Amino acid sequence: MNGIPMELGLLLSAVLFVLGLIGVMVRRNLIMILMSLEVMLNATGLAFIVAGSRWGQADGQIMFLLILTLAAAEVGVGLGLALQIFHRFHTLDADSVNEMQG
Amino acid sequence: MELILFYLTSAVAIFATVMMITRLNAVHGLLYLILSLLAVGVIFFLLGAHFAAVLEVIIYAGAIMVLFVFVIMMLNQGQQTIEQERVWLQPGIWIGPSLLASILLVEMLVIVVLGGHAETGHVVDSRQVGIALYGPYLLAVELASMLLLAGLVGAYHLGKPMLKTTRPRGNS
Repeated sequence: MNGIPMELGLLLSAVLFVLGLIGVMVRRNLIMILMSLEVMLNATGLAFIVAGSRWGQADGQIMFLLILTLAAAEVGVGLGLALQIFHRFHTLDADSVNEMQG
Repeated sequence: MELILFYLTSAVAIFATVMMITRLNAVHGLLYLILSLLAVGVIFFLLGAHFAAVLEVIIYAGAIMVLFVFVIMMLNQGQQTIEQERVWLQPGIWIGPSLLASILLVEMLVIVVLGGHAETGHVVDSRQVGIALYGPYLLAVELASMLLLAGLVGAYHLGKPMLKTTRPRGNS
């Protein structure tokens, strides 16, 4: 069977991960940072799916399921934090939250 | 054939992600992010992971993106939003995502028309996934449920309306 090579899938996963990382580092809007984090988690799941498809095992999809759960929980808490920060500082700029004083 | 579909879908995914990073407006970025997730879902289908592809579309591009839409809607209020909506309803913004989505739609039509010939890789169906999920991975399922519970409690606590917003911050 003339399938898709594993290296191409892993390369696409790496490219998407690096794009998400660039988004996290460059953007300062909290919503955009969370969306870039979603891209990074998705790229990780793609790597697992590629590996699971390469060896024909179900473990890759199960790891993708766990990553999906993690992404859902992370988005819920992260968006709640973004709402709190917007209520307190009236901005979504991540650089405005640098006044931590304990 | 599969390689052509894979390259096309990869190009769509990477282009949509780049457009997502470079958008200034969060909603425009969200549109391209949904396109990126849909393209990755098509790649899952091409790799033979049908169950993961369905979950990607339903949960990632459906449920999680709806959360983003709700938060963006909650954060923009007032007259400014009305003017923004007026700008958004102008044709032109949605042309890029619509083109990418139509590319993905054509790919899915090609796959459906070709029958089973466009599927590559070793197809791992949902039966195997379910057997493995509730067999050796039972503890991982329990841990995932605990994680979701913690996320639920955290989101509920953080999402409560602030009662003491005017209090000087930092002394709590």
